[in-house]
Amino acid sequence: MSTPFLQLKNISKAFPGVQALDNVSIDVNKGEIHALIGENGAGKSTLIKLLTGVHHWDSGTITYAGKELTGITPSQAIHTYGIVPIYQELNLIPELDVAENIFLGREVLASERFRIIDRKEIVNRTTSILETLGQNISPTALVSTLGVGKQQMVEVAKALSIEARLLILDEPTASLGEDETEDLFRVMRQLKSQGVTIIFISHKLDEVLEIADRFTVLRDGKKIITTEAKGASKEDIISYMVGRKLGDQYPKMATTAGDVALEVRQLSTKGLLQDISFSAYRGQVLGLAGLVGAGRTELARAIIGADPKSSGQIFVNGAPVQINSPKDALRHGIALLTEDRKDQGLFLGNTVLFNTTVANLKKFVRRVLIDVNGQKEAASEVVRQLGIKTPGLNTMTLQLSGGNQQKVVIGKWLNTDADIFIFDEPTRGIDVGAKVEVYNIINELIAKGAAVIMISSELPEILGMSDRIIVLSEGRLTAEFSREEATQEKIMAAATGGINHAS
Amino acid sequence: MQAKSGLQKSLQRMNWGDVLLNRVGALLGLIIIMIGLSFASPHFLSFRNLMNVAQQSAINSIVASGMLLAIVTAGIDLSVGSILALSISITGILIVNMGWNSVIGVLIGLAVAALAGMTNGLVLTKLRLPHPFISTLGMMNVARGLALIITNASPISGFPKWIQFIGAGYVGRIPFSFILVLFTVVFFHFFLTRTTLGRHIYAVGGNIEAARLSGIDTDRVRVWVYTISGLMAGIAGLTLMGRVNAAYPLAGISYEMDAIAAVIIGGGSFMGGVGNIWGTLIGAIMIAVIRNGLNLLGVSPDAQTIVIGLVIIGAVYVDVLRRRRRTS
Repeated sequence: MSTPFLQLKNISKAFPGVQALDNVSIDVNKGEIHALIGENGAGKSTLIKLLTGVHHWDSGTITYAGKELTGITPSQAIHTYGIVPIYQELNLIPELDVAENIFLGREVLASERFRIIDRKEIVNRTTSILETLGQNISPTALVSTLGVGKQQMVEVAKALSIEARLLILDEPTASLGEDETEDLFRVMRQLKSQGVTIIFISHKLDEVLEIADRFTVLRDGKKIITTEAKGASKEDIISYMVGRKLGDQYPKMATTAGDVALEVRQLSTKGLLQDISFSAYRGQVLGLAGLVGAGRTELARAIIGADPKSSGQIFVNGAPVQINSPKDALRHGIALLTEDRKDQGLFLGNTVLFNTTVANLKKFVRRVLIDVNGQKEAASEVVRQLGIKTPGLNTMTLQLSGGNQQKVVIGKWLNTDADIFIFDEPTRGIDVGAKVEVYNIINELIAKGAAVIMISSELPEILGMSDRIIVLSEGRLTAEFSREEATQEKIMAAATGGINHAS
Repeated sequence: MQAKSGLQKSLQRMNWGDVLLNRVGALLGLIIIMIGLSFASPHFLSFRNLMNVAQQSAINSIVASGMLLAIVTAGIDLSVGSILALSISITGILIVNMGWNSVIGVLIGLAVAALAGMTNGLVLTKLRLPHPFISTLGMMNVARGLALIITNASPISGFPKWIQFIGAGYVGRIPFSFILVLFTVVFFHFFLTRTTLGRHIYAVGGNIEAARLSGIDTDRVRVWVYTISGLMAGIAGLTLMGRVNAAYPLAGISYEMDAIAAVIIGGGSFMGGVGNIWGTLIGAIMIAVIRNGLNLLGVSPDAQTIVIGLVIIGAVYVDVLRRRRRTS
C-alpha cells in the first residue's frame, strides 16, 4: 500500500492549559477534497497551523509527499512545499491591484539591477491564471474595489501562481453569497482534477456534503472519525461533532404576539435603503432575510442611529422617537448585536467582567464610584444565565471560543435595559452546540416580552426561528411572510427581487 | 477561627506570575536601576537625594497622568508643553503685570489650559480628523505662539509665596510637589478604575466602534480626555512656575516627549486600551532616577538623552515580549 499524500501520525500539541490536539492521525489522499469539521476549540485551527509552520507539534510525525516534515517555517511551507493556506481574513493589500497582490514578494523583475517590476509580465501571467479559473477579474483592478467573493478568487489565483500542491481553505464560504459559493466550488473541483489536494474547514455541513470527498471530525482535540462524504448525513456529522444526538436544531417555542415594540415607517438612507416600513412585536422573533448586500445590516445600523437616515420615522412602544446615535437607541431600549463580533461587538483585550458591564456602568455607581462587587455580581449572573464557559471574570475575551464570545456580547446587553434586540447573524462562525444555546437565549428573551429582530443569511435558521419574516432585496422590502406561509423558495424569490407582497 | 482580612484574601487570589510581569514589570526595572545606582554612587540612596528625585519627577508625573488618558484612548497629546506655557503666561500676566488676586489668576490659567485641551478634543471629534496627532500638533503650535505673543517673548517673575510653595516647598522633609503627585495618582486611580467615564476611556481605546455601538458617546469621552490632559498640563505649569518663581513662554518644550515616555515605560500602548496610573508614575520616576543617577556619576546631559532613548526602546521591547508570551 502506498503512503498517502499527507499523513499525520499520532500528532499531539499542547498549549498552556489546553491539550489542543491529542494523538491525532489523519491520512489525506492526493487530489482529494478533505473537509475538517468540528466545534470551535476542537483543534481544527491548531492542526492547520501545524501544517503551515505557524506552530510546531509536540509529538508524532507528519509525512508529506513522501518526506517527513520537521520544523518548517511558514515561508518554507508555502515556497518549498507548496502548502498554501487561505485564511478567513483575507491577506490582500487593498490598495494594490490584483496582479501586484498575486506577485507580492515574488515580483518578476524587468531589471535585476534596479529592482524594477516587469508589469507587463505580471499582468499577463495574472490574466492567464484568472482565465484558467474562469474568473472575469481585471488584473489591474484595485483589490479594494472587488467584492469578498472576487477577493477570495484572487487568493486562490495567488495560491496557483505559487504552484500550490496542498491548498488549505479556512471557512472559505463564511462571507460568500450563494452564487459566489457555487463559483468557488466549481474552481475547487477544477483544481482537484488538476491534482491539487484541498483541505477545507467549514461549519456549513450542507456544503461539506456537497463538495468534500471525505471528511474528518475533530472533537476536543481528538479525531472522532474520517469517512466518505457520500452516504453521510448531516445528522451523523452533528452527532460526531457534539458526541451526542442533538435534539431539535431549532428549538422554536410557541409564542403569542404582544404589542408593537418597534415600528419603522418609510425609512430611507442615502444610496441604499428605500422606504422601509415594518413592525416588530413583543414576544416574537422577526426574521430579516435577504442576500448579502441587500441592506440588512445597513437597516439595523440606521435604526439604531449608527449610520444616518435620510428620512423615515421610528416608533418605540407606539410613540415617535428621535434616534441619532446608538446611545439614543439604547435609551429607548434598542440594542444591536453586530455581525462582526471582534471588530464591533467585543473589547477583545478586556475581561469578561468589563465586556459584560461596560454598556451600563452607571447602574453600578454608588455615589461617585463604581461598586465593583455589584459589577461582579451582575457579570457572574450573566455568565451563569448564558452558560458562558470562561475560567473567570477576569479572563480576556480574546481567549474565549467564538460561541462564548457571542454569549459575552449578548451578556453585555442583558445588563442594560434593552428589550428590543436586533441580532445580526447571531450564529455565524459558532459551532452547532452553541447555536442551539443562542436560540434558547432568544427564546428566553421573547418569553420575557422582548422583541427580537434576527438577521440571517441561513434560510433554515430564518425559517426555524422566526414568527414572521421580512425580506429585503436591493434596499427595498420585497415581502413579508408569516411563519406558516414562508418557504425557502418564496424567500429566495423575494430576495432576488422576484415577487412583491409588500404593500 | 480568625476571619481572613480582605487584603489577605485578595493576596491569595492573585496570580503572582501575572502580577510580576504585567503589573509591576516597570517597578522591577526601577528597583534594579536603583540598586545599581546605589552601588555606583554613595549619595544616591540618601533621603535627601531621593526627595530631590521625587521633586524632579513631579512635573513629568502630572503631565504624564493626562497623557495616559490620551494614550489609553489610542490617541496622543502633543500640545501639553505648549498648553503649559500658555497657561502660566496668562497667570503670570494677570498676577504680576496686572496685579490680580493670585488665586483668581491661577484659576484662570488652569481654566485656559483645560479650555485649550477641550479645543483639542472638539477639533478632533467635530472635524472628524483622522488622528489626535493632527489636532494636538496644531494646538502645540498655536498655544506656543499665543504664549510668545502675550508675553512679548519675555519671562515674568515674582510670584506670591503660596505659588512658590507648590513648586519648591516642603512638608516636613517631603517636597509638596511630590505630595501633589501622590494625590493626583490616587485620584486618577479611582477615576480610571471606578468611574463610568474612566472605564469608558478604556472602552474607547479597546474598540471604539464597539464602544459606540454599546451606547457610549465616544466623542464626549474623547473631548473629556483632552480637556483633562490640558488641565493636567496647567497644573504641572503651576508647579513649574512655583519652583522657578517665573512664567516664561518657552516653558515646557519637549515635555510631551517625557510624558509619552513615562506612559509607555509604565505599560501604556499606542494601540490603546491598556495602561494604568501606577505604571505611569513609575515610568516618570524611572526617567528622573536615571537623569539623577547619571548626574551623580558625572555623565553629561547630552549623553543622558541617549540613555533615556535606549530605556524607552528597552521598556517597549519588554512589553512586546510579555504580550507575545501571553498570546502564545
